Amino acid sequence: MIAEFGHFVLVLALSVALVQAAVPLYLMQRNTALALPLAQRAAFAQFILVLLAFLALTYGFVRSDFSLAVVFANSHVAKPLIYKIAGVWGNHEGSMLLWVLIVAAYGAAYGAFSKTQDGFSTRVLVVQGWLGVAFLAFLLFTSNPFARLLPAPFSGQGLTPILQDPALAAHPPLLYAGYVGFSMAYAFALAALTGKEDGQDWARRMRPWILAAWVFLTLGIALGSYWAYYELGWGGFWFWDPVENASLMPWLAGTALLHSALVAEKRDTLKRWTLLLAIITFALSLSGTFLVRSGVLTSVHAFANDPERGLFILAILGLFTLAGFLLYGLRLPQLAVDRPFQPVSREGLLLVNNIFLATATVTVFIGTIYPLILDALGMGKISVGAPYFNAVFAPLTIPFALLLPLGPLLNWREASLRPLQNKLVLAAGAAALVTCAIMLTRGAASLMVVALFAAGLWLLFGAALDMAQRLAPYRSRLHKFWTLPTSAFTATLAHGGLAVMLLGILAATQWREEAVVAAVPGQQIEIAGVALRYDGLREVDGPNYTAEQARLTYLSGAHQGGHLYPERRFYEAERSQTTEAAITTDLTGHLYAVVGEASGDKRVLRIWYHPYVAFIWLGAVLMALGGSFALATRLRRPA
Amino acid sequence: MARLVLLFGLLLTPAQALDPGEALADAALETRARALSQELRCMVCQNQSIDDSDAPLAKDLRQFVRARLLAGDSDSAIRAAVVERYGEFALFRPRVAPHTLALWAMPLIILLFGAGMAWRLVGKSARQNTSTPRQ
Repeated sequence: MIAEFGHFVLVLALSVALVQAAVPLYLMQRNTALALPLAQRAAFAQFILVLLAFLALTYGFVRSDFSLAVVFANSHVAKPLIYKIAGVWGNHEGSMLLWVLIVAAYGAAYGAFSKTQDGFSTRVLVVQGWLGVAFLAFLLFTSNPFARLLPAPFSGQGLTPILQDPALAAHPPLLYAGYVGFSMAYAFALAALTGKEDGQDWARRMRPWILAAWVFLTLGIALGSYWAYYELGWGGFWFWDPVENASLMPWLAGTALLHSALVAEKRDTLKRWTLLLAIITFALSLSGTFLVRSGVLTSVHAFANDPERGLFILAILGLFTLAGFLLYGLRLPQLAVDRPFQPVSREGLLLVNNIFLATATVTVFIGTIYPLILDALGMGKISVGAPYFNAVFAPLTIPFALLLPLGPLLNWREASLRPLQNKLVLAAGAAALVTCAIMLTRGAASLMVVALFAAGLWLLFGAALDMAQRLAPYRSRLHKFWTLPTSAFTATLAHGGLAVMLLGILAATQWREEAVVAAVPGQQIEIAGVALRYDGLREVDGPNYTAEQARLTYLSGAHQGGHLYPERRFYEAERSQTTEAAITTDLTGHLYAVVGEASGDKRVLRIWYHPYVAFIWLGAVLMALGGSFALATRLRRPA
Repeated sequence: MARLVLLFGLLLTPAQALDPGEALADAALETRARALSQELRCMVCQNQSIDDSDAPLAKDLRQFVRARLLAGDSDSAIRAAVVERYGEFALFRPRVAPHTLALWAMPLIILLFGAGMAWRLVGKSARQNTSTPRQ
């Protein structure tokens, strides 16, 4: 009954979305004041209806209603409650429902919070309405989450065990909030392109929404990376595989968009580029979810498995992207030509930022689709993997990081670095000194590594210098830090976060240590200056698994006497196994232990030392914090 | 979502890397072996290098690479031997060749193109400034 109710309200939501997409357009033609209130209410109603459908599906999962096909295929009675709930979006149909829910939530939020009430707001909601129509139709016609099985099976097939993890429960909602958030950028761009107003206003109104989307996407990607790090069994944090690249592309484009929208807002230039970037960012978000979902990125033949779904997805992607580009092309001649500006100015450096980020986006794009294109043209099968991306990104990162700290230090319009000369020399000198110290103590594999370390440190000191400059006027009340303006921290946190991440990546990949041994109980293992003893195995029972748990004891170091308990888990319902790494966190790194298979009467143990690896995600959190501060600054200011 | 989808579709198994006793005693050779292994694709896995994979085929290839290194082969000779066996698909870092030229050149082209566009915009500003001197 509940499931039929869910299905019913989804159909209702589609009807409401159709109203939201079409009727305000008609009303605007008639010049009545009703268009906006209608669009706002439709957006709100659509959200409530989709929310009800989502709750209905969640209910099905919590109650383990195996008459529902998705619950049968992805759940099990023995699963802990949190993973029953997370199971709602741990499958195709449910995750599409989550996607639709977030689309509707952004629409409703815009309807409720947009302060200016004008034709522009109406058009934004109309575009959001069309997005709602497309995705609800996709959901209902090809991926109905409420499809029933008759007769209902007695038990479910369970959720893939490595997905039964708290980080993975939160990963999809965050990522989707990011992807879908960029639909607002798209809606704003289309609203700007269809209106007569050619002011800089749309850029100002767009910024809080893309900031929110960017913060969510940053956290979503970081969480996915962290999960891969501790769950996949050896501590890799980024694999450059197509699925990850699909989430990185909208992030890179979205980062460029944040910065170019700032120029469009403050200086009334780069507006055509910003509009184009808004459309591209959303197109990349769409392909991120959908092409991955349909499997086209990992295998060209995946469409054959479900041609209907694949074609529908392609149609949505093609339609929205084409509509965006078409409108853009038609309006381009009427759009104001960019006002030229000085190279040495904040906008000049922001333009440099955009060039590098666009290059990075294209690099990821080319690297991801190149093998598919070659294969389709019959020119052979090649692989493009981590070594390619590392080879291209390393030299790209250095000039990017060298120029980046200058941006926030320069003024708009016309600026000069001369007043800052001494401080910049100081920051550069500090970076050079620390680089030398690191190289003397640790050595370096190559000149590129040295340059990357130097670039990362310069970025870090540059961010610190920027904060010092911004806080200088408030010197007398630094101790009352809560009274300081949030705007003083945004760029520092975001850019400092990037520096921390870059340094973390370098340290973790350059200084990693590894010990692989087949050990008998009582055997000692040395790694990273610490001695460990393997004490043996025991069986432990989890809620829906049994595990072999090894115990390692620290014989020396700060954790002397402490233990590590890596596990191999066997999931009965899903008939599969996972390895659970045991990780000791220190200020300077992680000791990461995994228990492997039996080898005679011995047991294979793999132990890694990952120095400073946590800086990678700390950096991402700092970046997200910077974005949040920017958002807070913006929301406090009266619009 | 990213990883999740991959896992659903292809059931990526947790990576396990080297087995005990596989590593070479010679540290310099072992460093080369690891670097090479990270550039070679495990042919039966989903997007894993042979260095990351616990598939038997990956282990065979790791041992092959180390045996050739001990025999004194150069890195490029070993890569060529692997390509001969499995095709170019086995290289995660494609060779620079006519059919991969676009792949390798594209980042630079985009960077130069962007710089060119920026130059035009900024150049205009310089010209405007000289024609209308500031008061």
